[in-house]
Amino acid sequence: MTAEHPMVRLTGVAKRFTKGKETISIFDHLDLAIPRGDFIAVMGPSGSGKTTLLNLLGGIDRADAGEIAVADQRIDGLSEGELAAWRAANVGFIFQFYNLMPMLTAAQNVELPLLLTKLRSKERAERVHTALSVVGLADRIKHRPREMSGGQQQRVAIARAIVSDPNLLLCDEPTGDLDRQSADEILTILQLLNGELGKTIVMVTHDPAAANYAKRVLHLDKGRFVERELAA
Amino acid sequence: MNDFDLVRKNLFRRKLRAVLMIVSILIAFMIFGVLAGFYRAFTAGEDAAAADRMITVNKINFTQPMPIAYFTRVRAVEGVRQVTFANWFGGYYQDPKNFIMALAIEPNTYFDVYRSEFEVPPEQLQAFMRDRGSAVVGESLAQKWGWKIGDRIPLNSNIFSQKSGGHTWDLTIAGIVKGKAEHVDTNFLLFQYPYFDETRSFGKDTIGWMILQTTSPENNDRVAKAIDAMFANSTAETSTDTEKAFGKAFAAQFGNIALIVLLVVGAAFVTILMIVGNTMALSIRERTREIGVLKTLGFSGPRILGMVLGESVLLALLGGIPGLAIAALIAMALRNSLANVVPGFAVSPAIALQGLALMIALGLITGIIPALNAMRLKIATALGRG
Repeated sequence: MTAEHPMVRLTGVAKRFTKGKETISIFDHLDLAIPRGDFIAVMGPSGSGKTTLLNLLGGIDRADAGEIAVADQRIDGLSEGELAAWRAANVGFIFQFYNLMPMLTAAQNVELPLLLTKLRSKERAERVHTALSVVGLADRIKHRPREMSGGQQQRVAIARAIVSDPNLLLCDEPTGDLDRQSADEILTILQLLNGELGKTIVMVTHDPAAANYAKRVLHLDKGRFVERELAA
Repeated sequence: MNDFDLVRKNLFRRKLRAVLMIVSILIAFMIFGVLAGFYRAFTAGEDAAAADRMITVNKINFTQPMPIAYFTRVRAVEGVRQVTFANWFGGYYQDPKNFIMALAIEPNTYFDVYRSEFEVPPEQLQAFMRDRGSAVVGESLAQKWGWKIGDRIPLNSNIFSQKSGGHTWDLTIAGIVKGKAEHVDTNFLLFQYPYFDETRSFGKDTIGWMILQTTSPENNDRVAKAIDAMFANSTAETSTDTEKAFGKAFAAQFGNIALIVLLVVGAAFVTILMIVGNTMALSIRERTREIGVLKTLGFSGPRILGMVLGESVLLALLGGIPGLAIAALIAMALRNSLANVVPGFAVSPAIALQGLALMIALGLITGIIPALNAMRLKIATALGRG
């Protein structure tokens, strides 16, 4: 993917929220291009629009103006149903609080996105096993979330995010609820997914140590980016 | 894993709550099954009524007698194919608590009029007609008391007495009457009117009601008018109506059973509707974040709607089916003891189907609002990311 064909492209994006009679502008004519295979950490003060940016990139919120394209596909004009199908095929989400289904085992949680595919049960099981192996939890497939540590739960969430092999991973404070050691393990896995499997990763974080695992850090402030390159 | 597994696991994630809801639905459907079975049995006569059969009773009410001479005159009315008559006996066996549905009947014509409902082996019927002191008993009644052909039964009446002063008629069982269909009640005893009329101390030469069969249901109205006109301004005016209408009027004496059943079942269902609906809404609200996650993963709104509705329908089925099964067991257990009051008391396949439809309706109604809310839920709102 060249600079002309970035993995993610935002052009003139505007996003406003209305609270009561007040309208708050988060972005006004925001431009952004993220090359395929990049690993970006987005930092910035609370309320700067980091999470809103992820929502827009993941098609779970709509821009008020501008264009959003992922892998050359415009998503700003898709219907809700089209967006759901697009998310299932193209994006993996990793949340701060893991958001696993408590009544499902690790394997069942990871299998969820595959229920939206036409894969047979056996093929789904193979993919689930592979994804859990990537995050080092192949021996925990039958454990439920309450039987696992926070770090393990987040690894299951990562396996769920990658099981359908999306090109883009969106991570919202993925280590925000973890101790340092677990956070480092998670970030190492993300680096592996980026470096070895070529996943494009956009990670929102408040943690400078976490941001150090990214290739680039974008500082979001007052609706504009300030970029700082990191050593690879 | 598939969507059904997800639905099932969601339903039982709080086991105590799920079990309590299932039990409350079970009780509602148990009430429905028992009352619907009772209502069906109570009105079975209406359904079993033949279209070409009519009943003529005293216009005052059916407990008042009519002269037996009416029988001959009604036979001559144009459009009447056959006519027979019966008289209520008010029978009991050994103890007044052992009520017996006993009728004194016209032996030569009764089984012709009811030939589509009852069958008696020809030799037994001939034996019955030959012996004025004999009786034929329905199969159910014979089984209940262990009676067989040749047994001598002392039948008591709480209405009539013999000229000799006694209240007991000794009858020999000459035949067993079988129903030609499963729903036909055979919990009765029939004996010869001539013997009854000769021996009773009062009411001689009167009969209770006539059952007539017309040449075609199209003639019913004309025949009824002709009969009632024939006896107009007499000491015993008549009222002739179809057997179905008569059955309905008879049942109405006990009150509007349908309304009573409807009210009781309705009250139970409205209560359950509110409990289950509220609990479903609460349950879905608790899962707002998870629904947001499912949508984030790519589950579409309609699919989420289907899963929530599936959950509420599954809940209704898990409560309703055992509820109906228990109702069926209750009906089986009470069938014999209620045979005199509501013969044929049972949870029929038709009631089971109605129940199934009700379960699905209950599930859809209680689930639709939470399901619509889940379908419309914005992901950013669900995840608290708005």
